[in-house]
This record gives sequence, structure tokens and C-alpha cells, in this order.
Amino acid sequence: MLETIPLSLEAVRDIAKECFDEGWRLVTMSANQVGEDSFDILYHYDKDLTMKHYRLTIPKETVVPSISPVYFAALLVENEIRDQFGVCFSDIVLDFAGALYLEEEVRAMPFCKVSVAQKQC
Amino acid sequence: MARTILPFGPQHPVLPEPLHLKLTIEDETVVEALPTLGYVHRGLEKLCEVRDFNQMIQIVERVCGICSCLHALCYCEGVEQIMGVEVPRRAKYLRTIWGELHRIHSHLLWLGLFADAFGFESLFMQFWRVRERVMDIMEATCGNRVVVSVNVIGGVRRDLSPEQCQWIEEQLAVSEKEIKQLSDTILSDYTVKKRTVGKGVLTKEQAYQLGAVGPMLRGSGWAQDARQTGYAAFGELGFDPIVEYDGDSYARCAVRFRETLQAIDIVRLAIARLPAGETAANVSGAMEDDTPKPVSAGERRDIMQAYNRDKRHRLAAAPPPNLDLPAGLVAAKVKGKPDGEAVTRVEQPRGELMYYLKGNGSKNMERVRIRTPTFANIPPLLAMLPGCELADVPVIVLSIDPCISCTER
Repeated sequence: MLETIPLSLEAVRDIAKECFDEGWRLVTMSANQVGEDSFDILYHYDKDLTMKHYRLTIPKETVVPSISPVYFAALLVENEIRDQFGVCFSDIVLDFAGALYLEEEVRAMPFCKVSVAQKQC
Repeated sequence: MARTILPFGPQHPVLPEPLHLKLTIEDETVVEALPTLGYVHRGLEKLCEVRDFNQMIQIVERVCGICSCLHALCYCEGVEQIMGVEVPRRAKYLRTIWGELHRIHSHLLWLGLFADAFGFESLFMQFWRVRERVMDIMEATCGNRVVVSVNVIGGVRRDLSPEQCQWIEEQLAVSEKEIKQLSDTILSDYTVKKRTVGKGVLTKEQAYQLGAVGPMLRGSGWAQDARQTGYAAFGELGFDPIVEYDGDSYARCAVRFRETLQAIDIVRLAIARLPAGETAANVSGAMEDDTPKPVSAGERRDIMQAYNRDKRHRLAAAPPPNLDLPAGLVAAKVKGKPDGEAVTRVEQPRGELMYYLKGNGSKNMERVRIRTPTFANIPPLLAMLPGCELADVPVIVLSIDPCISCTER
């Protein structure tokens, strides 16, 4: 079974900075809708082929601090999660504002089990 | 100096698939590159809600044709991890063989495309000619050239007979000789080096911090490869990554060229050590049909037709493969449902592939998240392009071996 480390919203960027300083590589982030009102966001890090996973559980409408100022590579996956699940990230270094894959007129979030309307961060 | 914004793609001669880069240039020098994606996004991950976890194998195989076998392998290993399935040793070796055959044909495809990108048409044709032999091996052993569909939860659905193994080794021996004949041209030719050496440099530090994977990472001096984690049979076969240190387009090309030859050696080794035994596990003790199924007449006809279609690529001296696919081809039908989470990684030809899987005890996976290598290599590309000459952009873009099909899964 996957072992994950709980992560609080306030600690997202601090943990990312800590991982960066310790030489962990960001593999990617994974989002998953949990129930109707919340999302899991997993941060997958790798160092010397060993992985560790942080789990952030947030209610919908939460704005998550972007880790792209720390890990530039996070910009694409954060924009992707924004497109697919409607989770907003603050301070993304390159913010597509929900238009990485989607057209501007799209209103629903395609990966949400319960329809979540497109919202502006 | 005045700046000009130039669109690169989505339709461009070096791009087989649509990717758009908005290049800001000063004179002939790129100062900024911004990507636009989404031209062919298919939302395949979402299909896990309507296809059961066995059917999802077929879906993930179609994320990318060129590395379909490795997508299925990564997915199956994840589900097996969740369900606690122990895969038979023989199946692990067979997975390794087909996975490495995919690496060989993918790298040969890329080497040809790369040569084409800087106008070396004859080299392009030579690499693709060699590749055909590998495609023939897959067609003979799986019935398909590209999407081989050998992986199932708990094992593989095909086996290799001793005659087929011998034939594969003979074919690979010829391929190896032909590839080595091209090494002087791809690695030492003046025109090739002129277009690749020092182009698109990614430093060792950048490669790691920007999350580069595969030949991008190893071309910048990092000896990291998911095969070192020991998936499939790599835990028994052992593995040392190919590493280059200059971080430029030439280094990435050299890594792929040397990996092609290394993959041939891995296939040979796996065949030499191929253990006897089952090819699929009895998952949860509830496999519905564990009796060998004979090859159907239609399937046999397809294989025969495929072999008779084009004899040019076959050696006159080589014995034909045994077209009677051996007994023990079990179409495993799994009972039990995955419940839990897993993260698995395999090394695609383009780099590390990661799957995050979550099952909830139903027949459908709750989440199938796929992180493909090209998705990881786009941020490094954005860092490589500023400062390069406009004329070098196609070669640099191609040097990451972009797969938009993977990226827009």
C-alpha cells in the first residue's frame, strides 16, 4: 500500500523548499476527488530512486500555494490540475488560467465526478 | 533590439504531432519560449470510470503506440501491487523482452527522425530500415507490430518458444551489426556534429532541478534510470544506465544510440536466462479459465499473412519463426477488485513513466494518473531554448524526443 505523509496547506511551499534543498526531485503531482467536496493532492518526490509522497486534502474552493516558484517543473502539472479539477493555485510562474487544455468557454471541470464549475482564482 | 513573436508548430515538419511553441526572438536568437498544449487531448485517464480495471489495459496501451507495452506494464504492475499478485518469473522476463524490443524500435525511430530533422535523409532511411526488423519480431511474437497487447494483470498473454527465441537472437544479431555500421555516421559525421554539438545545452544541475527524465537526464550526466528499481526482471538481470555528460543534443543522441545496443544485450540476456514456468498468475486464486487456449485459425492466418507480406526484411539464411504460438497462452480473467493505492514507475524509451493508481474495491479504478516522460521534459525544454539560434530550434525540440500523444493522454 502507498504510504503518504500528511501535508497541511500552510506547509505546502515550506515542504517543497525543504525537499528542494535536500536534493529531492519533483516527479509530479496527482489530484483525485474525494467525495463531493474535497480533493486529495499528492506531491511525489524522488531522490536516488526512492520516492516519498505527501498528501494534501483540501475542501473545494481552496486556493493552494503553487510550488512552481520552488520547482519550475510544477507549472505544467498545476495548470493541468486546474484544468481538470478546478483547483486553483496561487502564484504559478506561468498561469494559463484554466486554458492549458480547455477553451475559455468551457464551464465544467471534466475530471470531477460531481460537476464543478470553472472559477476564477 | 525589437522583439518578434514567432509561432513554432502546431504543424511543423519535425513534429509528427501538434505542439505549439510561442517563440520570442531578438534578431535570430530565441529569448523566450511558451508552450501551448491541448490540440489532441483525449482524457484517457477519465475512462477508468467507465472501463473496468482489466479493460483499462487496452486504454493505457493506446496512450502512446510507440511505448504501448511499457504503459501496460506500468499499469499492470500497479494493479498487481494493490492486489498483492505475485507475477511468475517467466512472465517478468517476457515483459522485459518485449519492453526492451519497444525501446529498440522507439530509439531507432527517433534516430531516424533526428537525422531527418537536420536533413540527413539517407541516414533516416537506414535507421528505419533496421527498425523494420524489430517490428517483424514483434509481429511474429505478438501478432501486432506496435500495440503488442501482451500484458495482463498477473502476467502475459503470450509466450515464446525456444525456436522463436533463437530466431529473435539471430534477427537481433543482424540488427546489431547494421546499427553499429551506422555509428560512425550518427556519432562522428561532421554535418551531424555541426548541428548537434553544443545545441540545446541542459546543465547537470538544470536537468535535475527541472525534473528532466530519460535520455534528457542521462545526457546531462545523471546515472538515473527507472530500470534500476528492478521492475519486471531487472531485479535479477541487473542494469547500469548509459550516461553522457555534455548535456547537449549530441549527448542525448549518443545516449539513445548506445541504449539501443544495450537493449539488444538485455534482450539476449533475458532470453538466455528465461526461466521455465507459467506466464500468468492465478490472481486471487480465482482465475476463471486457466487452460491453454489454442491459437485461432484467424490469428494464425494473420501471422502468416504478415510474414509473407514483405520478405525483403528477412534474412534468407534465417530460419522462419515457429508460427505455432506455444501452449500456455493464458487469457487470465481476474476475479477480485483492486482496493488501495499504488505508485509505479518504469523506464519508457523517452524516460521515466509514472502511474498513480487508486482502486476503491469496485471494478473501476477510482483514479488512473499517468505522468509521461514528455510531460516532464517540457519544462527543461523551455529552459533550453532561450539563447539558442532560431535555426536550431527544430533540432533541440526533437532532441527531447517529444511524444505529444503521451503528453496529451
